[in-house]
Amino acid sequence: MSREEVYTRLNEVFRDVFDRDDITVGDETTAADIDGWDSLIHITLMDAVEEEFDIRFDMKTVVKMKNVGEMVDFIIRGTATRS
Amino acid sequence: MQELQYPFDSRYIIKKKKSIKRQLLEQGSGFIDKRIAVLGGSTTHDIIMILELFLLDQGIRPQFYESEYARYWEDVMFDNPELVEFKPDIIYIHTSNRNIRQYPTLSMSADETEELLKADYDHYLKMWGKIESSYKCPVIQNNFEYPFYRLLGNADATDIHGRVNYINRLNSRFAEYAGKHKDFFIQDINYLSACYGLDKWSDPLYWHMYKYALSMEAIPTLAFSVSNMIKSIYGKNKKALALDLDNTLWGGIVGDDGVDGIEIGPETSMGQVYSEFQEYLKMQKDIGVILNVCSKNEEENAIAGLNHPDGILKPDDFIEIKANWDPKSKNLADMAGELNLLPESFVFVDDNPAEREIVRSQLNVVSPEIGSVEDYIRIIDHSGFFEVTNLSSDDAKRNEMYKENAKRAKLEASFDNYGDYLTSLEMKGTIKPFEPVYMERIAQLSNKSKQFNLTTKRYTRAEIEETAASDEYIDIYGKLQDKFGDNGVVSVVIGHKNGDVLDLDLWIMSCRVLKRDMEFAMMDELVHRAREAGIKIIHGYYYPTAKNKMVKDFYGLMGFELINEDSDGNRTWEFKIKDDYKDKNQYIAVNSDQ
Repeated sequence: MSREEVYTRLNEVFRDVFDRDDITVGDETTAADIDGWDSLIHITLMDAVEEEFDIRFDMKTVVKMKNVGEMVDFIIRGTATRS
Repeated sequence: MQELQYPFDSRYIIKKKKSIKRQLLEQGSGFIDKRIAVLGGSTTHDIIMILELFLLDQGIRPQFYESEYARYWEDVMFDNPELVEFKPDIIYIHTSNRNIRQYPTLSMSADETEELLKADYDHYLKMWGKIESSYKCPVIQNNFEYPFYRLLGNADATDIHGRVNYINRLNSRFAEYAGKHKDFFIQDINYLSACYGLDKWSDPLYWHMYKYALSMEAIPTLAFSVSNMIKSIYGKNKKALALDLDNTLWGGIVGDDGVDGIEIGPETSMGQVYSEFQEYLKMQKDIGVILNVCSKNEEENAIAGLNHPDGILKPDDFIEIKANWDPKSKNLADMAGELNLLPESFVFVDDNPAEREIVRSQLNVVSPEIGSVEDYIRIIDHSGFFEVTNLSSDDAKRNEMYKENAKRAKLEASFDNYGDYLTSLEMKGTIKPFEPVYMERIAQLSNKSKQFNLTTKRYTRAEIEETAASDEYIDIYGKLQDKFGDNGVVSVVIGHKNGDVLDLDLWIMSCRVLKRDMEFAMMDELVHRAREAGIKIIHGYYYPTAKNKMVKDFYGLMGFELINEDSDGNRTWEFKIKDDYKDKNQYIAVNSDQ
């Protein structure tokens, strides 16, 4: 899956979770950039991303993840082995 | 909302919770408001958000108090002012096996494990006792799910040092406590997590990262179950089943295949699975669910099918049998009218998705996606329509009562004069101040009555007991009996004294005794007791809801004068007690056994 494709689907997930149509995220986006992205909604978000891409974040990844770009890296790695 | 009916898509609910909430608030009306304190042994944020959705869908608009992470015990024991101020209507204590402080170690003696158990149990016991004395509100408490690993393997269940064994013992203590305490309910997450699959129920990642005792995906299952308990406590259970026949209660089509051709009974696998379903339905009668038939069939064929020698359900098990070619939505609405129930009190069960959809869209009736015949029981059961919290002896007798009503209707039709009919019923009433044996039923009635209810004020059992004990109130219940049977407690009136004025807080009556003069008998008794207490004026209040229009002019009928009506339709009525008050009831012999 291309980075672009991942972002198209990821933006939909963000819009669903935050219930706002005007959200667009990029590599450098962090929780501080989006209104209402607190530690609690973060849990819902991670769950929704897992579902969308049929992947599972392991704990080491979750703990280290710094921005949306790293999340996308993980998604691409996680889906790469699938045809 | 269909998306919130079992079996639901948890991921969808989690992801869309914000927009679902918006829709529920936009579409719903006539909510009852409840303050719910959630005291958690883990992070409860998402539990609350999802519980809110299920409650809104059940007609309850919650306001929440959430304890700080794992402060469930401290909040109660040290009277957290916020919690005290919040005045919860209900307290939900969500703990899990992560909150068990110490498990037995292998070196412990049997006595030592018992001591440990006692200490763990006492921790909860103290908290429950404190809630009972300080908050006097219903409590829902989780029991414990099994641990996600077993040091002793299978022996973990049998060896006194095993965690599984320990949790079983603790859970049985919890159950024992619940059995002895009113208004205390165990949410059986031990069963829920087993149904769900223990490995999926909790996720160590969620615990260590976020302090969630459940995995995200299991939260809707937990929240749905709590919402069912809460709606049951507040009298919002469904009351009746409307059942299709062909391919729902038996295999095949009785009109085409003939009675001998339908599948029911021990001869075939298909026959057996339908028998098990019929057996399940028959048991619903014991918890007070009314069974009815709603089928597109010739009535003659329907009855013949129900009289199949191997059938478990017989025509006599049903209160209403509507078998004709009218739309099922019409039949269901008629049925509701005849039974004095609201259509939304029904659950419609039909194997045909098109029929389900029509009934759902025409009436505000739930109709579960019941799947294939082998799924019927699980889906109806897990839907929690009839969740039992307070089982009164009335529930077990309810089908009988409806049967008696059918006989009364027949008798009524045989009289030209309604008064003659009432006389022929030989009615006897008992109208007295609240008595201990009836407190449960009185509270239940205050929560269930929707139509004949002037103020729709709801009472818990504890509040009813307080009212009864206080001198500030005049409180009476009415019980009605006739030659066909005992209707039990059917009416309640509560008024509080204000000098020589009595303000009526509550006047309710069960619709099953409409037009029997019981309201007049209650009025007479109220006037007598008020006069004895030195009351000169009675004020009655009517607050309109979507469902209580039938009593809009009730006080007028009782001889009150309308003294005020505001723009919302709230009415205030006044009744001056005169010395020459004449009893209004002519047909019921009241308190004649004394």
